[in-house]
Amino acid sequence: MAHTNRNVIYGLYDDEEIMLTAIKEANAQHLEIMDVYTPFPVHGLDPLLGLSESRLHIAGFIYGLLGTLTAFLGMTWIFTKDWPVVFGGKPHWSVPAFIPITFELTVLFAAIGMTFTFYIVCGLGPGVTNEVLDDRITDDKFCIAFDESEVDSAKAKSFLSSTGASEINKKILS
Amino acid sequence: MSAVVSPIRDPLIYGHKSYHDITEDLVSPTERTPSAPWVIGFILSISLLGFGLFCIAWTIWHGIGTWNLNRTVGWGWDITNFVWWIGIGHAGTLISAILLLFRQKWRTGVNRAAEAMTIFAVICAALFPGIHVGRAWVVFYFFPYPNTRGPLWPNFNSPLLWDLFAISTYFTVSLLFWYTGLVPDFATVRDRAKGMRKKVYNFLSFGWVGSAKHWQRWEALSLVLAGIATPLVLSVHTIVSFDFATSVIPGWHTTIFPPYFVAGAIFSGFAMVLTLMLVVRKVLHLEEYITLNHVESMNKVILATGSIVGVAYLTELFVAWYSGYVYEQFAFFNRALGPYWWSYFGMMFCNVISPQFFWSRKIRRSVAWTFFLSIVINIGMWFERFVIIATTLARDYIPSSWSYYSPTWVEIGIFIGTIGLFFTLFLIFCRVAPVVAVAEVKSILKSSGDQYCGPDAIHHGHGHDDHGHDHSHEEHAVAESVKEEVAAVVEAVEDDLKKLEGIGPKVEAALKKAGVKTFAALAGSDTNDLQTILDEGDGNFMGNSPESWPHQARLAMEGKWDELEKLQDELQGGKY
Repeated sequence: MAHTNRNVIYGLYDDEEIMLTAIKEANAQHLEIMDVYTPFPVHGLDPLLGLSESRLHIAGFIYGLLGTLTAFLGMTWIFTKDWPVVFGGKPHWSVPAFIPITFELTVLFAAIGMTFTFYIVCGLGPGVTNEVLDDRITDDKFCIAFDESEVDSAKAKSFLSSTGASEINKKILS
Repeated sequence: MSAVVSPIRDPLIYGHKSYHDITEDLVSPTERTPSAPWVIGFILSISLLGFGLFCIAWTIWHGIGTWNLNRTVGWGWDITNFVWWIGIGHAGTLISAILLLFRQKWRTGVNRAAEAMTIFAVICAALFPGIHVGRAWVVFYFFPYPNTRGPLWPNFNSPLLWDLFAISTYFTVSLLFWYTGLVPDFATVRDRAKGMRKKVYNFLSFGWVGSAKHWQRWEALSLVLAGIATPLVLSVHTIVSFDFATSVIPGWHTTIFPPYFVAGAIFSGFAMVLTLMLVVRKVLHLEEYITLNHVESMNKVILATGSIVGVAYLTELFVAWYSGYVYEQFAFFNRALGPYWWSYFGMMFCNVISPQFFWSRKIRRSVAWTFFLSIVINIGMWFERFVIIATTLARDYIPSSWSYYSPTWVEIGIFIGTIGLFFTLFLIFCRVAPVVAVAEVKSILKSSGDQYCGPDAIHHGHGHDDHGHDHSHEEHAVAESVKEEVAAVVEAVEDDLKKLEGIGPKVEAALKKAGVKTFAALAGSDTNDLQTILDEGDGNFMGNSPESWPHQARLAMEGKWDELEKLQDELQGGKY
């Protein structure tokens, strides 16, 4: 999919509330929205677009658990099997002393894992260039985009102009 | 645009900004040629850094003997500076993580710069343990990795190793948090730039386009990172305090150290944020974004944490006396009245007395006072660490080995060098990135802009009246009559909130008790705030969700009863 050209028709709105009303209207008309682009996270957008809740936090929990196990089992193996050293006559397997490092690695693994997962699933990262529909979307415009292969372009156009889009344009995304 | 007016909230963004104004004001400092103060500051900082690097090279070349450390005073300025910088590095994550969880909107004005400050402070801090070990070129021995020396592992029972893990983790997590927040703003800079500059920011922005799903994940990531960074920030200075508290040195092995160090760290961190931000807001003309409300909020945090630190100092003194343990008693007697009495009194004055000025609202909102006191606090917190470290070590168990420690020019030079490093990095940051989080400020505009809340609020959209949207005629209402109308709404006795779906008599009572008495007040409220009111109210409101109330209230306020009825038909028990 990523390599085929997509003919996109999009409308720019001046305010997020007008855009939200427009999306409700699009849902009522059963128009398939390709994507919505905004300069900041707009609350109330996800349910309208039918986006399910992000599962990043589940990934984060798994990474954190991995960190806990790495730290705790690692220190256990090192101090009881690999190279047991006596520190001040204390037991080799001194669990309370392992708590701080176990905690730190839990946090470290969860944070690194989640952040990298975030960039990978979003297809973002150093060297990635995604084509921008309009330069003002990161400034003050709120954009609803339709893929012309999914919706009738005349219908999309009349929808955009009737719901208060201040500009309607077409662009081919490669 | 519908009017969203909240008379109960203080604005956080002044000047009736539109979204475009925010972009313009916050991004343009990175697009201008550097100003003269910036160039002078940069040359000065980089010269200090150069001198610091020379002193570090001198230390490594000639050995640690170039410092005045001796048999008993094994830690001097090096660890004092280390703890001082780490403490300063605590405000950033506190502002970005803990205040995010507490949903404090004022954090958006200062979080970006505070996080940057955190990262730079941690870099300065990490330098000291790196060089004070003497053989800096084998410092990687600290890390547990399969090696050819046995494999021989570091001692996982040692607080010094915990510290290494805590600080590496803190640095990494802060960096990830900060950069992920920067990505959308770099995209904003990219979309305004041309030529080479566009290419550079295209690389930095990681290809961000602002898609709805990306924003959703971005918010999920920020929230979870905030959730795990909160215990992390508390753990870091706790573990730093373990470096001292787990030893057997009188004056160090006290259980009060972890909370006392954490409070002190937040105290000094906020002082440094204020020192920097008061200069930044003036030089970059950001007074409308970093307002006196922000300054006052931070001063309240300083007052609270400063008072905790004060109580901790007095508790230490009391416990030393009450313990009946002569070595402990001597340690504290010696701190206050021994050869280093000047640093003890400097610490007491700067950290305990000076923040008490902030009980006065006038001083909390005074830029000059705040700037002066923030520097006093920075000095005081440096004294605190010096008092704990040097005075304790200079008088140990054996009187024959007592000494008086003062630093050499090399030690002073390295400290000055880290100040140079800190400001060099901060000045570069101010040029390269927007110092205030652009996207996050935009997201609070509708709830905290001065056209939507506070005394100057008017029935007004966002400055763009030209979109031909069906309510736009309302926006052209004469400002004066609108203001009167708002005043009337504010003073209006009470509305019947039960007319809204999802609000019954009990919920209404809870809302009115919390000060939300009118449709106007409800329309201007944040759903999170409403949820808090429900959570704290008497009675069980588990089944009630305030998500649609502001919307319903707005329609009711404007007398659009037909629309409201239509909406209520769609709602199910007040939920979308």
